[in-house]
Amino acid sequence: MIHFVVHEEGDGVGVVVVEGVKAGQALTGWIMEDDKEIRITAKSDIPIGHKLALKDYKSGDTVIKYGVDIGKVVAPIAKGEHTHIQNLKTKRW
Amino acid sequence: MELQKASFWGYRRENGRVGVRNHVLILPVDDLSNAAAQAVENNVKGALAIPHPYGRLQFGADLDLHFRTLIGAGSNPNVAAVVVICIENTWAKKVADGIRATGKPVSEFGIEQHGDHDTIMRASKAAKEYVQWASELRREERPLKDLWVSTKCGESDTTSGCGANPTVGNAFDKMYPHKVTLVFGETTELTGGEQLVAARCRNDEVRRKFQFVFDRYQQVVDRHKTSDLMDSQPTKGNIEGGLTTIEEKALGNIQKIGRKCVVDGVLDKAEAPTGPGLWFMDSSSAAAEMVTLCAAAGFAVHLFPTGQGNVIGNPILPVIKLSANPRTVRTMSEHIDVDVSGLLRREMTPDQAGDKLLECMFRTANGRLTAAEALGHREFVLTRLYESA
Repeated sequence: MIHFVVHEEGDGVGVVVVEGVKAGQALTGWIMEDDKEIRITAKSDIPIGHKLALKDYKSGDTVIKYGVDIGKVVAPIAKGEHTHIQNLKTKRW
Repeated sequence: MELQKASFWGYRRENGRVGVRNHVLILPVDDLSNAAAQAVENNVKGALAIPHPYGRLQFGADLDLHFRTLIGAGSNPNVAAVVVICIENTWAKKVADGIRATGKPVSEFGIEQHGDHDTIMRASKAAKEYVQWASELRREERPLKDLWVSTKCGESDTTSGCGANPTVGNAFDKMYPHKVTLVFGETTELTGGEQLVAARCRNDEVRRKFQFVFDRYQQVVDRHKTSDLMDSQPTKGNIEGGLTTIEEKALGNIQKIGRKCVVDGVLDKAEAPTGPGLWFMDSSSAAAEMVTLCAAAGFAVHLFPTGQGNVIGNPILPVIKLSANPRTVRTMSEHIDVDVSGLLRREMTPDQAGDKLLECMFRTANGRLTAAEALGHREFVLTRLYESA
């Protein structure tokens, strides 16, 4: 069963595609471009459609998704944690 | 899906364009004419009024856009005939003459010196004749290239970028080689991915034009913003759905133009394309505004991916909704025409999802009502550039 998807190899976040993911749950991810599976343990409860970090981040880091810059980290994120407006901001506007 | 010999059943209009609906439109030029237009709609079964709140004391480019949008809406091939109603005779005639250039039947009525009652009576008589005339028009089989297809997504979430939007991209990639006329837009919603669109432009001239309208819209944001737009772009619904930044939203948005299509030209708001290919239209990213601009530019069917469940429709342009979010498909099923949630479970390939969408597009073009049409969604929303005088 696929719990999260990743657009391409090298992306730093995945998207949860099932409802009810809980902290501590072992998740299976699918890298769509490369048709590859990866495994990771969730460190937060993550709603469907929300992102989880695939690596550890520190403030000031850039997050890559679709192989492209989607913004800057503003609070540290651990691998498996919920990645959203509390720790990631736009570099534009 | 093999599209080499693909065809659909549409209404061939006087100017050669082909529509997939057969509306008799009751078109108010201004806010003051809405009451009369809606009374005519009530009097004549099958007539379609499109009320809106604008048209008084606009000037300059904003007024030009107002006229272009109304004349474009009336000229759309999904419209068989038009009754124009305006408070003033001169502008009623201006809009009617603009639509009349297509060759379709148009009548115009000014309210001043007549009042609502007399106007409604005369306009209802014209509308009744048009409805009966239009009811005898017949669909004919037309090649796919006669279908103009627009796209814009709404209430997107992260599933849009990995499911529904690439499905539209797959369908666009399949239609593009067959000389279909395609359009996408949402200028600010390319922010963070504009370099990818620029790289897809046909040549430097198109690229320069694209960059010009992109930069112009950025200046509008810079001039008026009071924050980083986290209440607007992304929307609260986008954020609820897991999208965090405008860059992330833009990269998902761009999936709609597939991987092979080339951006052949750039259009101003509500401007009609002059040939087949993929066009970029400078436009708002608000769903009803953008879809209205597509209707005014002459597009006949619209592909609308949603994540969290935007419920938009348009009176003239059938809006086909698709979603890859399994929760949205479950909780808002009456709004979703094409369920592509299987993509995210690896139960469906992008190629299969694209075919499923195309199949629904052909059925819609042939006459099947979309969910939005069946539910009565008729959001006709005019884009304003600035204050009235």
